[in-house]
Amino acid sequence: MKHRYLPMTESDKKQMLDTIGVESIDELFSDIPEKVRFDRQYDLKPMLSETDLLKELSGLAGQNADTNSHASFLGAGVYDHYKPVIVDHVISRSEFYTAYTPYQPEFSQGELQAIFEFQSMICELTGMDIANSSMYDGGTSLAEAGMLAAGHTRRKKLLISEAVHPEYRDVVKTYALGQSIDVLEIPLKDGQTDYDALRSMIDGDTAGVMVQYPNFFGQVENIREAADIAHENKSLFIVSSNPLALAVLTPPGKLGADITVGDAQPFGIPEAFGGPHCGYFAVTKKLMRKVPGRLVGETNDEEGRRGYVLTLQAREQHIRRDKATSNICSNQALNALAASVAMSALGKQGVREMAMQNISKTQYAIRAFKEAGYEVLFGGPSFNEFVVKCKEPVADLNGRLLDAGIIGGYHLGLTYPELEGHMLIAVTEQRTKEEIDALVQEMEAIHA
Amino acid sequence: MHKENQPLIFEISKEGRIGYSLPELDVPETDLAGLLPEGLLREEPAELPEASELDIMRHYTALSKRNHGVDSGFYPLGSCTMKYNPKVNEAVARLSGFANVHPLQEESSVQGAMELMYDLQEHLVEITGMDEVTLQSAAGAHGEWTALMMIRAFHEANGDHNRTKVIIPDSAHGTNPASATVAGLETITVKSDENGLVDIEDLKRVAGEDTAALMLTNPNTLGLFEENILEMAEIVHGVGGKLYYDGANLNAIMSKVRPGDMGFDAVHLNLHKTFTGPHGGGGPGSGPVGVKKELIPFLPKPVLVKKDDVFTFDYDRPQSIGRIKPFYGNFGINVRAYAYIRSMGADGLKLVSEYAVLNANYMMRRLAPHFDLPYDRHCKHEFVLSGRRQKQLGVRTLDIAKRLLDFGFHPPTIYFPLNVEEGMMIEPTETESKETLDAFIDAMIQIARETEENPEIVQEAPHTTVVSRLDETQAARKPVLRYERPESAEPVAVN
Repeated sequence: MKHRYLPMTESDKKQMLDTIGVESIDELFSDIPEKVRFDRQYDLKPMLSETDLLKELSGLAGQNADTNSHASFLGAGVYDHYKPVIVDHVISRSEFYTAYTPYQPEFSQGELQAIFEFQSMICELTGMDIANSSMYDGGTSLAEAGMLAAGHTRRKKLLISEAVHPEYRDVVKTYALGQSIDVLEIPLKDGQTDYDALRSMIDGDTAGVMVQYPNFFGQVENIREAADIAHENKSLFIVSSNPLALAVLTPPGKLGADITVGDAQPFGIPEAFGGPHCGYFAVTKKLMRKVPGRLVGETNDEEGRRGYVLTLQAREQHIRRDKATSNICSNQALNALAASVAMSALGKQGVREMAMQNISKTQYAIRAFKEAGYEVLFGGPSFNEFVVKCKEPVADLNGRLLDAGIIGGYHLGLTYPELEGHMLIAVTEQRTKEEIDALVQEMEAIHA
Repeated sequence: MHKENQPLIFEISKEGRIGYSLPELDVPETDLAGLLPEGLLREEPAELPEASELDIMRHYTALSKRNHGVDSGFYPLGSCTMKYNPKVNEAVARLSGFANVHPLQEESSVQGAMELMYDLQEHLVEITGMDEVTLQSAAGAHGEWTALMMIRAFHEANGDHNRTKVIIPDSAHGTNPASATVAGLETITVKSDENGLVDIEDLKRVAGEDTAALMLTNPNTLGLFEENILEMAEIVHGVGGKLYYDGANLNAIMSKVRPGDMGFDAVHLNLHKTFTGPHGGGGPGSGPVGVKKELIPFLPKPVLVKKDDVFTFDYDRPQSIGRIKPFYGNFGINVRAYAYIRSMGADGLKLVSEYAVLNANYMMRRLAPHFDLPYDRHCKHEFVLSGRRQKQLGVRTLDIAKRLLDFGFHPPTIYFPLNVEEGMMIEPTETESKETLDAFIDAMIQIARETEENPEIVQEAPHTTVVSRLDETQAARKPVLRYERPESAEPVAVN
């Protein structure tokens, strides 16, 4: 059998076997106990040529409704945003995507510098002192923040707002289980974290207080108050944040956050059915040596030229082994690069303009729903999401919308029983006025 | 060859330039001050770069030229399986129906994506010999932790609350003990014997009623097959523990032996290694976990199931360890791995392991006269040399690694595993031609000769890279981890 990925020829094989001094390749596997040797062929689907593979996978892909075929109003932590075309051109350069972790800095300056720039951009947006080179995603990044808080404060309890993404909360709970940390949920009050409840729940065993900004319902909470409550109790204040919103919102770093985490997916990263996205992790200076994952630092070479290296590695699993507080090794480097390119292309002006468009279009949509007689929940300011009470079961509605070329919002009843029949609608800069009007019309169609 | 400073994107920035194109706002603009409560309106803009599209493209192109990937040249980084990343994988992962699909859409609108996931799971079940696979873990270390959490939950469900110890060989990757700790378990190290394999007597000594699991890579990090695996499985199962397979080295054994048949109860795979998800400069990866029947109830939520030809996510899993990641794993990487498996087929995957092992043994035999070979027996897909002979001449393995850069080769993994002095772990993979292997071997032999005749050239390497050796001590002592704009900064040319 010949294959385009396998350059071995019969003459190569013979020469190599001769050099090794064996008769056959099988001899090289003679140390596998006979009893367990695999003596048949894998039962897999047949091999496909490149042409047939493209055909078959295009067929599978074609069965899915996507944001090219549909106007999407689905957010809930993953968003359809403008992706500058150059992003894909940069990350398609194989010097980046076929490299691994920059263990040899002289051979990896490009990647190292790109990560240093990513760290710098995340610091700018979040108002934090230090950002790492990326985490798997926003959810695991938040979980790691909780673990950091527990380790740092030597306390065993986390308080997390119910206005944090439900799936993120679930991930935090799983990580906490491993570390025997209790996770208690701070209830809601009108779609925002109930700070009075927080005040009564917090105690000397509380390692960290976790909120989301803007929160899961799109509401911009005044998190300064929560920060003060946390700090009065010497707990760490942890904020999970959509970085795009921070282009126009006061950054968590200025509101008392000790750790800010989130997902950089809004910056040039495809939705990709949930991943890979790009977690970010940013802290104040005093937590620098507690950060999980890789950090890139600036230094000089022997001739004084500026260069970049992986640094403060004493924190990491390959040095600390069982003393490590995080086991992360591979991260999301290529997506951090994608986010950097998108943040560079959007730049200082573009991130503001894009964030403003999200807000303006969301306000337009809220008005449109109200005018059509819908109840729009929660009184606080919205970034790019809001909650509407639907007039029919949400699953039915979403099915109907799909037929009309629209991907509807998230059914909140799935994770908030009290919000059964309510939909979380996201309106990004990608949605036009016509599409927003069409959404309202289609939702009304059956009731007209 | 060394070049001057490469400007940062921030240093080419000039006020007023843009690199984006958004449509005109088609609704009335909201007055932010009226919308947001006091103190939440950002006062100082984030200082992101301001540059034109061409300058941004030139900047990143310049950075890419300062980086070495598999497409740039040979990359025998041991334990990392730096094989060719097929371009068709990149094409299929970018199909709109995969790339532009939201994870929370109605299941009826994403059946194609779910079918691919299901089919990939089935293929991985067959390849590993396990009973079920989840695609949720994002990388190898995440998979290790996921599986250990499941093993812990399994023991606890049996009322076995004292099984808190994970046995790990001294040659193991650092993530193994770290994952155990994060899963709330303790680590016990088991020694290697004079053949580089797990010391069976020591394993008997450390295994007991407190054993939760043994974590093992097979072939191990020395590239040697743990030929006593069945006895090891018996010992660990005999005391009630579980066997965990670290799939980092699966590239060596496809179609030859399956973890499930060797007695392993749980396994993680690195789809970015054996199954060609690109390494991306450090990720994203994908680390699916396979388990035997007994562990299935503990799989993370949700579990993808097929009912009457319809795919659905099952959340009703009362014994599940819970959610380990938002959504369903690194789907985009899983698409690439699926494309690879379908491109190779069963026959192809068998050749992959055969040629990976043939290449490694060939290199090992040709290099053995010039470097110390601590464990002289057939290796699998990688092997470990020791630079202790060169060290006696004043040339350290680090120097050899740096000198290889001058030949255009990425060095092997160095100083790992920890139980080999001045170790160099070399993994050629099956996608490299004999001519490439020979060129690398020639370079290594030349470096060995230089070490004897002209050690300075090795000690002072690299000579041809864009920077010379970097001061890592300074980086750690006075950490500079972000750019901060100086008081007065004039923009510079892009490169």
